Amino acid sequence: MDETVHSFPAYDEVPGDHGHGHAAHHDPGFWRGYVFSTDHKVIGIQYGFTALCFLLFGFFLILLMRWQIAHPGVPVPFIGPLLEKILGPTMAGHGAISPDLYNSFGAMHGTIMIFLGVVPLAFAAFGNYVVPLMIGAPDMAFPRVNMASYQAYVLGGIVMLVSFFIPGGAAQAGWTSYSPLATTIPTHGQAFWIIGMVLLITSSLLGAVNFIATIIQLRAPGMTWMRLPFFVWAQFVTAFLLLLAFPPLEAAALMQLMDNLAHTSFFLPTGLAVGGHLAHVSGGGSPLLWQHLFWFLGHPEVYVLILPAMGIVCEIIANNTRKPIWGYKSLVYSVLAIGFLSFIVWAHHMYLTGMGTKIATFFQATTLAISIPSVIILTCLLISLWGASIRFNTPMLFCLAFLPMFGIGGLTGLPLGLAPADIYLHDTYYVIAHFHYVVAPGTIFALFAGIYYWFPKMTGRRMNEFWGRVHFWASFVFMNVVFMPMFAQGMEGMLRRMADGGANYSAARVPGALDTLPNTIMEMHTWILWGAVALGLAQIPFIINLFWSLNHGEEAHSDNPWNSTTLEWQTPTPPPHGNFATPPQIHRGPYEYSVPGHDTDFTPQNEPEIPVTAPKISPMPAMH
Amino acid sequence: MEIPYVIQPRPDTGIYNAKVGIWLFLASEVMLFGALFSAYVLLRVGAVPGEWPHGWQNLTLGTINTLVLAVSAITTLLAWVACKTRQFGKFKFFHGCTLLLALAFLCIKSEEYREHLTHYEIQLTDGRIAEGDMRENNSQNDYVLIDGRYVAEEKDLYDLRAQKDPKPEEIKIPRAQIKEMQNYGPWHNDYLALYFTLTGLHALHVLGGSIVIGYLWGPGRRLWQTDPEHFTNRVEVSGLFWHFVDLVWIFLFPVLYLM
Repeated sequence: MDETVHSFPAYDEVPGDHGHGHAAHHDPGFWRGYVFSTDHKVIGIQYGFTALCFLLFGFFLILLMRWQIAHPGVPVPFIGPLLEKILGPTMAGHGAISPDLYNSFGAMHGTIMIFLGVVPLAFAAFGNYVVPLMIGAPDMAFPRVNMASYQAYVLGGIVMLVSFFIPGGAAQAGWTSYSPLATTIPTHGQAFWIIGMVLLITSSLLGAVNFIATIIQLRAPGMTWMRLPFFVWAQFVTAFLLLLAFPPLEAAALMQLMDNLAHTSFFLPTGLAVGGHLAHVSGGGSPLLWQHLFWFLGHPEVYVLILPAMGIVCEIIANNTRKPIWGYKSLVYSVLAIGFLSFIVWAHHMYLTGMGTKIATFFQATTLAISIPSVIILTCLLISLWGASIRFNTPMLFCLAFLPMFGIGGLTGLPLGLAPADIYLHDTYYVIAHFHYVVAPGTIFALFAGIYYWFPKMTGRRMNEFWGRVHFWASFVFMNVVFMPMFAQGMEGMLRRMADGGANYSAARVPGALDTLPNTIMEMHTWILWGAVALGLAQIPFIINLFWSLNHGEEAHSDNPWNSTTLEWQTPTPPPHGNFATPPQIHRGPYEYSVPGHDTDFTPQNEPEIPVTAPKISPMPAMH
Repeated sequence: MEIPYVIQPRPDTGIYNAKVGIWLFLASEVMLFGALFSAYVLLRVGAVPGEWPHGWQNLTLGTINTLVLAVSAITTLLAWVACKTRQFGKFKFFHGCTLLLALAFLCIKSEEYREHLTHYEIQLTDGRIAEGDMRENNSQNDYVLIDGRYVAEEKDLYDLRAQKDPKPEEIKIPRAQIKEMQNYGPWHNDYLALYFTLTGLHALHVLGGSIVIGYLWGPGRRLWQTDPEHFTNRVEVSGLFWHFVDLVWIFLFPVLYLM
């Protein structure tokens, strides 16, 4: 093989078309151009738009659930009759949400938000649009595989949505789908859930292979590993997590599908009783096996949600502080450490299963260990703000809010990593508050920041700054109104997944009993409900802004309106098919802002070295 | 700009894009089958002692299938070598053999499935248990007919390794005496559940690999005329997948047939 390596020309000698010629040669037409496109930018936008729709739908489900929690059994105002009409009187009699419907909304809210909303937006949408541009590549390594990935994702989403309308309704066993519950609930919704998940896993597998191959193979000349923008590193590690952590869930899903359809007993123990009767199963299975396989995905998945967000925040902070990111190497090694450690922390979700104190000790140790690189990343981002003249635009506001919000989410996770505290807090609203702080005001804020930040590259126009700020401040306030009270509720012992919101255990229902939920805690449901409604209203300016700015936003007047150093801004706007007019040559690291002696306060990665006649500049320390 | 390294390797990594892709894909496949093998370990370790089945497989067919896949690995390699040395006729011959061997594997596997699915355990009302291959199970008749034997207890069914030349006899059981009757499908116990799931998933991989190789052997061969190097890469990448599928079987065979 060696001789073949040497006998082939290097990258820039590869016979190329005439630059970004494709779009100029022929117009692909509507279907090839927008629906069955293999262009990474179109696929990125497809992913982004679809994922935003799913996020809105998942949010809508939780609004209905919050109404039910605050007013158990009371018909849902306005859309109650519609619910009854669509889902039938057994599910939504008189427009009120039945416990079964509540359970299926709960399971589907989690599934949709994670697998159809945040991951496709954070990983697939931003990754597709931005990563090839950032590394100076003409497209993804496998454009048709990329298209197949999006199609599998849409198909998986459709299967999930269809399951609401089958007899018995959608999956009801929570997004974790614990067996034997998931097998014994009398609905085929679980089978739909599994088939939908298999499609989504296929989609993310194709995406992950593509991202890794692209980053390894298609980096432009001079784009060495330590010159990659941190966002690319974050996506690289995320892709490995998806590649290696999802298949065990696929295996588990296949076994659960066999349990549900072929009546095997992978996860059904001997002596299983259902509805007071001995179930007619062969037995011998292990419910713990499901939990191990599920959380082997489930925990890396948490980092799939957060790492791309950290990448986005890092890019925007570097750009708006106008100085190099503090500790680039530390960030890179931390994200690699997180990627590795995230595979050996999964059983901290299982302290209550009785797997034994020795195993619990191991997982406590790894869980606390993984907080170290996370804290390093956050600290680097925080220190990067020090002494900067910060530009407070909308993307930067979201990123600045990300830091403390993710901090709250992360730090409240530490007690959950320790078995003694977790045994009390497990499955309470404390857990809900913890991971929502990570994902909602954490990751989703970073995603908003990314949309505001890269919108000018995608369209040539900026989003409206005033309404962006309205969107930010309202979201920021109401996110906290929604999630902060849940810490208090959880610490009082309120459990999650109760269709009556804990009314059964309230002091009002059983006066004088010990350890009931006090009225102050129960009343928080009302605040949370109206906080959630207000949070929903706060998204209206964003939605209008997004569509209005497509055609009416202020023109960017430049390919690089934020004066950024990274490669995605050094292309025409929007980038044509093939991205770069000429193959870029990379000369420096990603964050060379405010280099002393340079004319501007930013030095793009592909700007040629300054000729020797120019005044000597002092090189930035530690940037390689 | 065009996508580079589609055909030629990138100088610093030494491989072309599709090869990176297939290795990553195989890493993911290792995790998929790895999870299923862990399930096997966990369920077997957790089984009631003495109740894990032994000797339930047709060793002859299993051994033949192992050899079939091993030979197909060789023909796959030779097909790639033929492409590398630009001998298209040889490529057609060797991958033709691969396809036939894949077909043979799937046929033998189906026969094994048929044997399991027509094998029954019948619990009688008097406490005895009959097991054997179903001969006649017509709902019009008030009896069933099997080729098999009676055993006294459930545990006599688990280990069939010691059985020397079992001479099945024809047993006629009146339906009125049957308490419960079940064939040896995946629902019968965890061992068979694992057997059907693991070998079923593996058979799907064989099928998928055959489709890809069949495409290259059939309509996909047009690429040979225009770009033999690109075509050879495709043969190599599909060959890597095929070797992985063979390798999975090398683990499945001892785990399910011998241990």
